[in-house]
This record gives sequence, structure tokens and C-alpha cells, in this order.
Amino acid sequence: MVPEIGQLSLCFAAAVALGGTITGYLGNLTSSDKLQESVYSLVVGQFVFVFFAFLSLVFSFLVDDFSVAYVANHSNTILPWQYKVSAVWGGHEGSLLLWIWIMTAWMLAVVFHRFSYPRYFLGNVLSTLCFLNLGFLCFCIFTSNPFDRFIPLTPMEGADLNPVLQDFGLIIHPPLLYMGYVGLSIPFAFAVAGLLQKNIDSYWARLVKPWVNLSWAFLTLGILLGSWWAYYELGWGGWWFWDPVENSSFMPWLAATALLHSVTVTEKRGAFKHWTVLLAVTCFSLSLLGAFIVRSGVLTSVHSFAVDPERGTYILAYLTVVVGGSLFLFAIRASETTTPIRYSYFSREFFMLVNNVLLISSMVMILWGTLAPIGYEVITGDLYSIGKPFFNFFFIPLMLILAVAVGLVPLLNWKRTNGNYLVNRLKSLLPVTLILTFIVFYMLDFVLTAAVFCGGLAIWIVVNHVQDVYRRIKESISLSRSYLGMALAHLGLSVTLIGIAFTSVLSIEEDVRMAPGDEQKLGPLNVKFKEVINIVGPNYQAKRGVFDVEREGEQSQQLFPEKRTYSGRQVMTEAGIDPGLLSDTYISLGEPLSGDAWAVRLHYKPFVRWIWFGGLLMAFGGFLSAVDLRYRRREVDKTSPEQRTVPSHGIAD
Amino acid sequence: MTARFLIPFFVFVVIVCFSFFGLGLKDRDKLPSALIGKPFPDFESKSLFDPVEVIVRDDLVGRPTLVNVWATWCPTCKAEHAELVKIAETTNLQMIGINYKDDRLKAIDWLAQHGNPFDKVLEDPKGDLGIELGVYGAPETFILDRGGSIVYKRVGAITNRVWENQMRSVTRGL
Amino acid sequence: MASFLLVGIAASISVLFVALEQNLNMFYPPSEVVSGVAPLETNIRAGGMVEEGSLRRTNESLKVSFVLSDRAGSEFTVHYTGILPDLFREGQGILVEGKLQQDGSFEATEVLAKHDENYMPPELMSLAEDKQNNITEG
Repeated sequence: MVPEIGQLSLCFAAAVALGGTITGYLGNLTSSDKLQESVYSLVVGQFVFVFFAFLSLVFSFLVDDFSVAYVANHSNTILPWQYKVSAVWGGHEGSLLLWIWIMTAWMLAVVFHRFSYPRYFLGNVLSTLCFLNLGFLCFCIFTSNPFDRFIPLTPMEGADLNPVLQDFGLIIHPPLLYMGYVGLSIPFAFAVAGLLQKNIDSYWARLVKPWVNLSWAFLTLGILLGSWWAYYELGWGGWWFWDPVENSSFMPWLAATALLHSVTVTEKRGAFKHWTVLLAVTCFSLSLLGAFIVRSGVLTSVHSFAVDPERGTYILAYLTVVVGGSLFLFAIRASETTTPIRYSYFSREFFMLVNNVLLISSMVMILWGTLAPIGYEVITGDLYSIGKPFFNFFFIPLMLILAVAVGLVPLLNWKRTNGNYLVNRLKSLLPVTLILTFIVFYMLDFVLTAAVFCGGLAIWIVVNHVQDVYRRIKESISLSRSYLGMALAHLGLSVTLIGIAFTSVLSIEEDVRMAPGDEQKLGPLNVKFKEVINIVGPNYQAKRGVFDVEREGEQSQQLFPEKRTYSGRQVMTEAGIDPGLLSDTYISLGEPLSGDAWAVRLHYKPFVRWIWFGGLLMAFGGFLSAVDLRYRRREVDKTSPEQRTVPSHGIAD
Repeated sequence: MTARFLIPFFVFVVIVCFSFFGLGLKDRDKLPSALIGKPFPDFESKSLFDPVEVIVRDDLVGRPTLVNVWATWCPTCKAEHAELVKIAETTNLQMIGINYKDDRLKAIDWLAQHGNPFDKVLEDPKGDLGIELGVYGAPETFILDRGGSIVYKRVGAITNRVWENQMRSVTRGL
Repeated sequence: MASFLLVGIAASISVLFVALEQNLNMFYPPSEVVSGVAPLETNIRAGGMVEEGSLRRTNESLKVSFVLSDRAGSEFTVHYTGILPDLFREGQGILVEGKLQQDGSFEATEVLAKHDENYMPPELMSLAEDKQNNITEG
């Protein structure tokens, strides 16, 4: 009964989405208020139906309804209830439903703010969103329906959820990541609406900016959670692998960061319109491309969902229509929105441009590295792979140059900065930076490594921003949330930079053979392998190692890495981690060797937590900027029908 | 002026073309065309239920046959099992199971618990027969005609939809 | 602005090709490793099925060696120092990355296993298919 309701709800949602698409565009073309208003109810309708469908699926999981094929494939009766719920998005069909639900939620949020937007503009935005949603709903219903059944002979017991996924990470990482991916559809829709109405200006930029901030913040959270999860779950101590699926989340993030900055310039100065619109289209296009890569089987990775070229073809077709269409729209409409403005090299605009170029170059390079193997295979028939060194080779220098630019931002004015003024401020800032860097140098025993250099860059950013905040307070300039969000996000960037640099350079990793009773030195630590005991878990058996970790002057810690064998003969490694603000100790068991010895992996990872903590700061900065009072709802559309007009071109430049 | 704005569009078109051809490359589900019409490989395996009994290729020939590679450790096999039972009950196909890289006692127990759709079950504890068949995991299913030639191969679970849309028509023509 | 952009792009592209040359790893199946088609002393990928009973470990260190084959007559020995992945098992398909030595053995820097029992890396997929073709012609 319930799965049928779910199935029906999905179909209704699709019908409503079709209605919304047509109504919105039509309402705009005919300037009909009635049609426009009905779009709002149609969006609410989509949300309600999809929500019902989603709830039906969750319910089916919770009651162990194995007549639903998707439930039977991803759950069983002894799975703890929270993993039954998160198993809803543990596979392709269910995660697609989650994606769609999140889409309707974002659309609802836009409708909630409808009085802040010009009426017909909003109609175009919502129509575009309904169209996107329609595509996803059709994809779900026709090729990836989570409500397919195993009837009449229903299995008595389900398969199981992959043990790697039976974890807290699965509960939060995909939803937050999807909030980011899907949220980028809003700026996309704004861009399409703006292009259709030939109405891209600073007013448009101000309208779209909070949405960019919000989705960027969610995407940041999603990515950092994925990295943290991989670190503690996969047992290798790594936190980024340049895996095609990781790359397909990172590329939209880079583009969204560029968009964030570009839209600010458009809002404040009316410049960079082409960049901003193109970036808005690109961000969501990359989200879609990411979905394609993960679900089509065209590339293989740890994260890939079930391989299915049929689905891949559908997504590719959808991608072609949506992205190709919007890029073509951009091509024909872009020339009508040019406004030349002037700015010198020592201006915020110029450095924003530098910022954009660096971020986009990184994104393009990662795109190339991810997709090129396919291209090579199509052309030559040979199988190639592109490994980590390629990505690091590019990404690191680009990011370091970016760090210099980020530090400079608070010192520069819009349009033009007085040379003397700049020199004066640098006179105090540079020495402070150098002194603090010297302290880092001293802490690392005067070994001049990349860590010192990166630490210096991070300090450069922090010093400049802190000084600027101080200056503003002194000169009684108000600190808007937008400004604080920016400062916080840049601060987060420098924290992440320190985390990445120090972990990469200062980590000590040893793969050793150890028998109970053996000791091993690991940097400042002394690790003693005590024993291995057998334990039994709810759905697995395990060998648990007991390790004593000693550090001079501190109490010793005990760590318990495990080697688990689950009911499906799947083996999994659970690392033993001692987390710390300044370093992590990370131990995992490899294989059992002869005698009672084991292959053991020992890691000493200084500052690794800073990577994710910096990410948290960045996300928080994004959220803070989004709720800036300047972007609050302004009641734009409370005029009576007689007074309403189509809005004219925005703020003159 | 408009020309340079078309650049992103063309870059995208190139990506789509390559992706489209890329999709065609990894056709895991379809049998390589060289295999259709080729006879099922020769083999000599023990029966799961009676280790003294030896089954060879000729024992399979004579009837349209469905050969299913499965194991107790394979979760997807569990999920498709009901469909196999249904196929056994509603068709005239000879059902042959190959218990792949598995434990004999566990397998017998599993079939007792979940139902046995197979007329015969072969043991393949080391995966030798699997290698001969080009099997790289479980579940995989083959359909053979009366002469013992392979006419269809499926990688992955058989769902009701797959059976109705793809497999049933193949079996009808045998 | 445009010229600035153009210079940047040109610089990026040239650096890109330099980086690619050093980092594009080609895959060689066992037959090509054995017959000399695969180059020596360059970073490449190779793969095959782990021969049953070929896994050897030393007693003091984490050095291991095993034999990879395509079950059609070509096989080569792989040497590796480190922890093998959880999914490594004799009789399974394995990918290795590293350098082919003068004496025909392979020094692996990385060992990658299948990601689950139902999946095979695409490079080994075509091996299994080739094998299928071989037996029908034999």
C-alpha cells in the first residue's frame, strides 16, 4: 500500500512539475498575473508530493518491506534503525529521490521569499527550476524507480547495507552535499531568467547573492565531511585521493567560490557580468556533470553507484539539453549586457579577476585530469590513468598564488588604491607576518620546509584580515555580517592551508611488521603493540588490536584498531585514532602475518584536524554572509495589480 | 562579438561527444559479440549435494537451460533468488546453479532456507569454471539453447523487469 | 584584460602537457608485460589474476611477492613492500602500479584490488573478455 502511494506521489509530482514549467513561462509571455500566482502553488504541490514519496520510502525501510526491491537490496532486519533510514540514500535510486526532495525544498524556499523578487522574473526562475525538477523526476520514474517491487515472491530477508556505509558519515554527508549541489540550481535559474529577460545588472546580482552564499556553504560542509569520513573510515589515513567522484564535488566548489566573488563585484560595481552569468550556469552544470560521472559507469571509483550505461545515456541527454541550452542562451544574449568600467591594477576588481582566473584554471585542470582518460580511450583504445601527482603538480602552485591574493584583499579599495596608502599599511603588516613566520620556523627546528612557507602565507592572510577588522572598529566603520563572513571564510582558508601543508610535510607514516610485545618509534611517539583479542559485534566478527601510545611528558593512550569480517565475507578495517587539536595518532591493522605478527600501519599526523576545522569556519562564514541584513527581504512586490509594472533595467552604472 | 561567447558552448559539445562515446566503451552487461552462438565450455564439476556425482557439459545439452552463478556471500544473489524460484516454477527451462567460490555446507544450508530453484547445482570452489566462463563476480546468468550454445548473458541481479523485458523473449525462441 | 587572460591560458596549457607526459600511466595486460611491449623503468599500470599459491611473504619485513597471470600463458612476478589491501586475495583480479624491471619482474609502488566481489576494474574486464575469446578459438 505505502510503496504504491510513493509511486503515485512521484507521478503526481512530475505532472505538477510539467504544469509549473509551462505556467511560469506562459505567464511571463502573456503577462498574466493569475498564471504567475499559480506557479507558486504548483511548487508547493511538488514539494508535498515528493515529500510523501520520500516518506513512503523511509517507511518501507523502517518496516522491512522487502517487496520493494530497493529495500531488499540495501537493508535487512538486523540493521540498526538509523542505518535503515540512511540506507534510503545508500544506493542510486534512493539517493536520486533525496536529490529531488532537496530540489523541491530549495524551490519552496524561493517561493517563501517571493515578495523580494520582481514578479515576472520570479516566474522565469521558478519555471526553469520546475523544468529541471521535471527532468530528474522522469529520470527517476522511468529508469531508476526506488519503488520497483519483488512480487509475488518477496524475499524473507534483505541483502545488507555495505558495511562501509553503516556509519554516521552516511547519515550526514550525502544530504549536506546534495544541499550544495542542488542549491546551485538556484543561481543557475536566476542566470537563465536574467538572460531571457536581458536583465543582468547589480540589482540582479544582489538578488542572487544570498543563494550563492548558502549553497556554497552547504557544498563546503558536504565536501569536508566526505574528507573526514574517508579519513577515519577507509583505514588508510588519507583524506583526499583525487578520485573522480571527489573531483566532481570539488569542481563545482571551485566554480562556486569564483561565482561568490564575481557576483560581489557585479553587485558593487556592475562589472564582470559575463563572468558571473557564465559561472552561475557552470556551477550547476558541473553538479550535473558530477552526477553523470558517478552514476553512468563511464569512470570507475570507490564511490560509483551501480553501473548502468542506459542511465548514463539519459543523464547525458538531460545534461545536453539543460547545459547546452543555457550556454547557447548565454552566447546569444551575452553581448547585450556589456558595460565597460575602469579599474586600475591595484584594485579589488583586478584581484578578484586574478582570483577568478586562478580558481577556474584549477577547475579546468581538474576537469581535464578527470575526463581525459575517457577521451584517450575513445581515440586510441588504450587504457590510461591519471594519478595524484598530476593534480598536485598544478593545484598546489595555483593555490599558493591565490593565498597571496587573498591576503591582499583587505588592503585594496574598489576601483583604485592609492600607492602610498598601500605602502603604509604594508609597512606594519609585513614585519608582523615575517616575525610570526619566524616563530613557525623556530617551532620546526629551523628546517626550512614547504610547511614554513605555507605557514607564512596563512599568517599573511590572518594578519591582514585581523588588522583590517581592528582598523574598522577603530574608525567606527560598521562590521556588516557580509564583511565578517568574508573575514571568517578567509580565516578558515588559512586554517585549512596550515592543516594541509603541515600534514603533508610533517606526517610520519610507517608500515611495519609487529608482533605482540614489539615497540616502534613514531616521531615523538612510542607505540607498543600489546595484544590481539577476538570480539563479536552485532553483524560482524573482529580481531581487535590493543596498542599503547606514549608521548614524552604525557599520559599514554590506548588505541584499538580492528579488522572486521561482516556476514557477507566482506572485510573492513576500523582504524584506532587518537584525535587531537595539534596532531592525530592513527593506527590500523593490515594483514595477519606468520606467527602472531601483524602488518600494522602507524601514522603520526600533525594538524590534520585543522583541515576540516578550517572548512567549518569557511562554511560558517558563508552562512553568515547569506543572512546579511542588506539582503533581507525587501517587500518589492506588495503593490496592487494596477500599480505593477515589469521592472526596468536595474541600477544604472 | 558574439563569437567568443560561443566558446563555452563548443567546449561543452566536445565534452558531451567524448562522454557519449565513453559510455559505449564500458559495456559490461552485453556479452562480447564473439561469444554469442559459441558452445558452453567443457567442464567436469562435482555436484553440490552429492560430491561423488560428477557433472559434465553433455549433461546440460538437450534442453533450453538457464545457468546461474551464485554464492552465499553474495548479497545481490539473495535479492534475485525469489525471481529465480519464480522462473523455475513458471517455465520449462532446465535450471543449473554454479555455486561459485563458496563453502559446500553453507550453500546446501542456504538453499534449504531460501528455496532451491535448481535441477542441478555444480560446485566451483576455486572459481575455475568461472574463469572459463569469463565470470568476474556474482550473480551472473547464462541462457543456453538445446545444443548447449550460449545465447544470452546477464551480469547482475535478475529483477522482474529484466526478466520480462529482456530474458523471457530470448527463452521463448529456443 | 583579454591579453592577460590569453597569456595565462597559453602558459597553463603548456605546463599541462609537460605534466601529462610524466603522469599519464598506461595499462599493460600480462601478455604485453611478458612479451616486451611494456616499457622498462617507466611508471605504468599492469594487472592480472593472482595465481593461487604464489603469495610469498618474508619473515622480517613487509616485503611480499606474488604472480599475476592472464590464465592464458602469460605471467609475471610482482614485488611489493607494504600492506596489501583488504580485498587482495589469491584468485582475484589485481591492479598494480610501478615499474617493470630488466629481469622481467614488476616493482610495485601501489597495489589496487577490486572494490567489491561484483566489480572488476575496467582494465581487467577486457582481460576476462579476451580470455573468453581465446577459449572459443582454441
